[in-house]
Amino acid sequence: MAQRASTASKKSAQVSTQVIRDLHERMVRIRLFETEAGKLMEAGKLPGFLHLYVGQEAVAAGVMAALRDDDQITSTHRGHGHAVAKGVGFREMYAELYGRVTGACLGRGGSMHINDLARGMLGANGIVGAGVPIAVGAAFAARYKGEDSVAVTFFGDGATNIGAFHEGANMAAILGLPVIFVCENNGYAEFTPQSRHMLLTDVADRAAAYGMPSVIVDGMDAVAVHRAAAEAVARARSGAGPMMIEAKTYRYFDHQGVKGLRHPYRSDEEVAEWKARDPIDLIEARAVADGAATRAELDGVWRRTRDEIAEAVAYAEASPLPEPADLLLNVYSG
Amino acid sequence: MTTTTQAPGVPPVAASRKLTYVKAFNEGLAQAMREDENVFVAGEDVAGYGGVFRMFDNLLDEFGPRRMIDTPISEAALVGLGVGAAARGLRPVVDLMFMDFIGVCLDQIVNQAAKMKYMFGGAVSVPLTITTASGAGLGAAAQHSQSLEAWLAHVPGLKVVMPCDAYTAKGLTVSAIRDDNPVVVMLNKVLLGSPGEVPEEIYGIPLGRAHTARQGSDVTVIALGRMVGEALAAADELAAEGVQIEVIDPRTVQPLDTETMFASVRRTNRVLVVHEAVTFGGLGAEIAAQIQDAVFDHLDAPVLRIGAPFSPVPFSPVLEKAYVPDRARIAQGCRRLLERS
Ligand SMILES: Cc1ncc(C[n+]2csc(CCOP(=O)(O)OP(=O)(O)O)c2C)c(N)n1
Repeated sequence: MAQRASTASKKSAQVSTQVIRDLHERMVRIRLFETEAGKLMEAGKLPGFLHLYVGQEAVAAGVMAALRDDDQITSTHRGHGHAVAKGVGFREMYAELYGRVTGACLGRGGSMHINDLARGMLGANGIVGAGVPIAVGAAFAARYKGEDSVAVTFFGDGATNIGAFHEGANMAAILGLPVIFVCENNGYAEFTPQSRHMLLTDVADRAAAYGMPSVIVDGMDAVAVHRAAAEAVARARSGAGPMMIEAKTYRYFDHQGVKGLRHPYRSDEEVAEWKARDPIDLIEARAVADGAATRAELDGVWRRTRDEIAEAVAYAEASPLPEPADLLLNVYSG
Repeated sequence: MTTTTQAPGVPPVAASRKLTYVKAFNEGLAQAMREDENVFVAGEDVAGYGGVFRMFDNLLDEFGPRRMIDTPISEAALVGLGVGAAARGLRPVVDLMFMDFIGVCLDQIVNQAAKMKYMFGGAVSVPLTITTASGAGLGAAAQHSQSLEAWLAHVPGLKVVMPCDAYTAKGLTVSAIRDDNPVVVMLNKVLLGSPGEVPEEIYGIPLGRAHTARQGSDVTVIALGRMVGEALAAADELAAEGVQIEVIDPRTVQPLDTETMFASVRRTNRVLVVHEAVTFGGLGAEIAAQIQDAVFDHLDAPVLRIGAPFSPVPFSPVLEKAYVPDRARIAQGCRRLLERS
């Protein structure tokens, strides 16, 4: 494969104790945020759609741990994990899922539009592929202003069939912009397996068409994702241009919501196989084996996060609803 | 009470059984596919999964993968596939899932499908049907809830239909497929599960013919899509107050049957137009202008429009409810019209 950086080695090299703990905490935060959101949805408390990220945590955690606050990301319809990992608070996220005025979008956006400009979260997106060119624009702005921040765009395997992806990739490459293209390949676009929506096995091959280097990583291994991301970010920051990372991963829940499948489109065995390589189990085993954290310390992360989530849900539920009189708020600036 | 004045040759609503809106659509599509071997369906998750709104349930079983095609997420290529196949004599039905997604393939719809026949000097027809789900009410937020009929109805070469119930969902779908032009079938998400009387046989509802859903003498309410049901409910409410509302369902917004509207206005002398789309630049403006032009002397009050405020569709259910016009706002509008004269 021309331009392909070496496929990241299975056995990831040495990373610091601090990085392992950081990756673990980010993943636990996503997992618990998402499982709680799923429960709230099942209990009929949340309006709208909910696309859960559980299973893919290693990707968001690995990439975000390589970014600064001023680095920008664009996300997808499955965006909660990216937002949590980028540091968006639980309170404003749950409040948004509930449609409260205290939410990240003041109750106007809901699950698919969560953003936090202060943390470089340029928004989840309801239109598949639409975030790709937006990240290219964010990277352009950084270079234009003489800043050294980078932009990361997250997208699925399915999204790489849409024009915006191809146009955005070519634009970033030809302008040499600091954009990292992160494909979270979970093998499905809604209910269609990858083998039935493209003839490629590796989405990373698409990068070559634009003269962009790419790397494939195990998307269940947060350390592997992190190392690839750190390299791509350093490269982009130094002015060497865009790069693509394809992380092979899996979503545990259905495309939308948490309920069982109306029509089975993947087997229980397949789901079980991926769950056997759960990204949080993997990092916990590694943390304990490497002496990065004790079991008790890891349990403490789960406990503290659960408490924080309970508090944030209570905050959301106690928050006021938006006022219909303010319907036209923010349609325009100024 | 709802009266039903049907066009000649169209089965009356007094049918034997009820089907939901989405099943009625599905039955019409299946029957049109049986009728014409050239009809095929393409779209995301339409075949194996039956469509995210169950619009295409069981069609793969009957028609197989030659005629039921799952496509990549590539809407521009999807509509283009339909245009090219239609130009070569097939009758494609391409599905765009949520209407908002026309944003990513508008060139193929507006500049290609709509204009090909005209630009080619009539040498080609584009019998393409585009199906999609429009409308708010599911908490789906600003990129999954729009009613964009005014965008499409503005483009010469396109036809646009907005079924308000199960009966029209089936009949308009069949007519769209049989029509030799590009037709967009705007199903409404909130109506998908609502049942109605639907004849078993295949039938088409003529495009460009409005339907008088209820007769009345005091105010004409012209309602698009889901607003027909709201208008009928408002009419029930007003009947209790002794006010008789006539409800007109254009069924097709391009071409638009203005004659039926004018005739109604001549009888009632007052008219309110209601749609789910934003009021500004919406079809209410077009309808109001045409009425003023044609039957101004019959009006006892200015034409009133009700639509959504000039804002994207909000997520929070309290805001979304305030955003979408409903029976109460329609009834209120009728009372205002009566007070003015
Ligand atoms: C332009 C557009 N087309 C279709 C959809 C409907 N849709 C939402 S998610 C999705 C599948 C996306 O697949 P992928 O990019 O692989 O992401 P994943 O869901 O696997 O995370 C589709 C088709 C959409 N939101 N936008």
